[in-house]
Amino acid sequence: MSSLRPHLAPRDLVGEALASLTARPGRAVLTALGTVLGVAALVATLGLSKTAGNQIVGRFDALAATDIVVTPKAAAAGRAAAGSGLPWDAEARVTRLNGVVAAGTLSDVDLRGELVRSVPVNDPLSQTEFQLPVKAASPGLFRAVRVQLAAGRLPDAGHSARADRVALVGANIAEQLHVTRIDDQPAVFLGERLYTVVGVISGVARQASLLGSVVIPEGTATRDFGLAAPASVQIETRIGAAGLIASQLPLALSPTDPTLLKVTAPPEPRRVRAGVQSDLNALFLLLGGVSLLIGATGIANVTLVSVLERVGEIGLRRSLGAARRHIAGQFLLESTTLGLLGGVLGAALGTLVVVSVAASRTWTPVLEPWVPLGAPLLGGAVGLLSGIYPSVRAAAMEPVEALRSTM
Amino acid sequence: MTTPVVELSGVCRTFERDPPVRALSDVDLTIWPGEWLAIVGPSGSGKSTLLNVLGLLDRQTAGTYRFDGVDVNGLDDLARAGLRGRRIGFIFQAFHLLPHRSVLENVMLAELYIGAPHRGREQRARAALERVGLGDRADFLPTRLSGGQRQRAAIARSLMGEPSLLLCDEPTGNLDSKSAANVLDILGGLSRSGLTLVVITHDESVAARADRRVRIVDGTLGEVESAAAGRA
Repeated sequence: MSSLRPHLAPRDLVGEALASLTARPGRAVLTALGTVLGVAALVATLGLSKTAGNQIVGRFDALAATDIVVTPKAAAAGRAAAGSGLPWDAEARVTRLNGVVAAGTLSDVDLRGELVRSVPVNDPLSQTEFQLPVKAASPGLFRAVRVQLAAGRLPDAGHSARADRVALVGANIAEQLHVTRIDDQPAVFLGERLYTVVGVISGVARQASLLGSVVIPEGTATRDFGLAAPASVQIETRIGAAGLIASQLPLALSPTDPTLLKVTAPPEPRRVRAGVQSDLNALFLLLGGVSLLIGATGIANVTLVSVLERVGEIGLRRSLGAARRHIAGQFLLESTTLGLLGGVLGAALGTLVVVSVAASRTWTPVLEPWVPLGAPLLGGAVGLLSGIYPSVRAAAMEPVEALRSTM
Repeated sequence: MTTPVVELSGVCRTFERDPPVRALSDVDLTIWPGEWLAIVGPSGSGKSTLLNVLGLLDRQTAGTYRFDGVDVNGLDDLARAGLRGRRIGFIFQAFHLLPHRSVLENVMLAELYIGAPHRGREQRARAALERVGLGDRADFLPTRLSGGQRQRAAIARSLMGEPSLLLCDEPTGNLDSKSAANVLDILGGLSRSGLTLVVITHDESVAARADRRVRIVDGTLGEVESAAAGRA
């Protein structure tokens, strides 16, 4: 009797499911709405966290991710006075490493109680003596902290080698010290010694304290104030090289005992990104999941109502030779199509949200390609799952009962 | 000798209730090809149950049912569905036309489950509509048709696939007398062309158009008048 078995061509099944859905387009769209919102929430969450994560990492890349500072360990600080801390040629040793953009040493200078004085002018009301920080820098430091000058020039290696009495003053204290212009060769007193001001610092990217300090060459500090050893090395690396350079620095600077040095390097970019994402994701993914669950319930509900409404149609189809599996197949396909539709609309909506938010913050929108491509499949799966119970109900319906109802 | 289209012997249908309801009781019925049989009886007499058994929508609990010489009790549900789709046409009191599909699409629905080729399906449906005089309404929605026209569309649908048996359940129950007469004229034409018809009705005037009438009372069948016993 196999030739008598019912047969439904796949294109007919698809045609019937689509015809049923398009018969009530408004209802189909409303039914899919829950899935649309759920999928949109998931896509937007994944896209936005990715976008924001990349943005934050991008900002670190610009400065922090290339910044390394080396100092002697606290326990070694005492021995530093005996010359076992950072070497005088630290700048040259570090600059040799591949991946270092600029490096220089920076130390606090101990004036031993003496004050910084400006050249006295005839104004009894104005103060002329200040307790100001004085720092000693090697020539490479100015590039390593990205100094910008308001006026004048930077001290060079020659000044340090000859121990010339020259100084830079930070913009924050220039006014106090009556340094308003450079071309009249202003000077400041450090204790009883006169220093010619060669430049005024207007900005730095790192070591913001330089803006409030007097900076003199390292060689001058050694001769005039007895600086024993550099206190720190400031390094700017190429992007991505920080981790490698940080691991090489102790050996380069202190080959006899690398453990004496403390290297402060930026955290790994990947770890930063992961931290940002997991915070954002947990909440919004939960939100998306809940919306999707509501969407699934909506599809299941409407499909079930539709089964009960179409009892007559089910009976008719059975009388026309449809097997139970054909009835189940049609309702399952209808709910899956609704889910798929919701997934497509949701993916579009979610992508739109990611792009709009990114545009409003002038970020670069970043979206993994599998997210918008997988979203419709997720919607389809939701529709398929929610259609199972209604389809089973429809298939189990007795044609006898089904046909008694009027359409 | 010709095989009867329908051969019921000792058929019973009992519903498992408390107490059990015996809707059909020891029914013997033979329907020959080309015959027009009317089954009359009051409500609750077992008419619908008999129709469901005849149309393979329900199984008898006892007795044998041969359709076109085949014992259908031995067939599984899938084979019965296939047989139903190919060999039996249904006409319902409520028409059962899908409201959002055109008349033509409703008629084409009849070939959906029987493995008929797509090629020529629309032409076959249009031909069936011409046969019931609805050729000019093919592209209308059923909701724009009168009751009589809807029933004619349903008849056109049941004629697709050349069935051996047309089962009509109160075909004029929802129609005014003029439309009813029109539908009965079409059924008469189909009968004359050789189609086997079974009409279930409580309306004596509808039953009067048939070749043969049987009465069912409390699940038991009785011949009303012995017309020519088929065309054997």
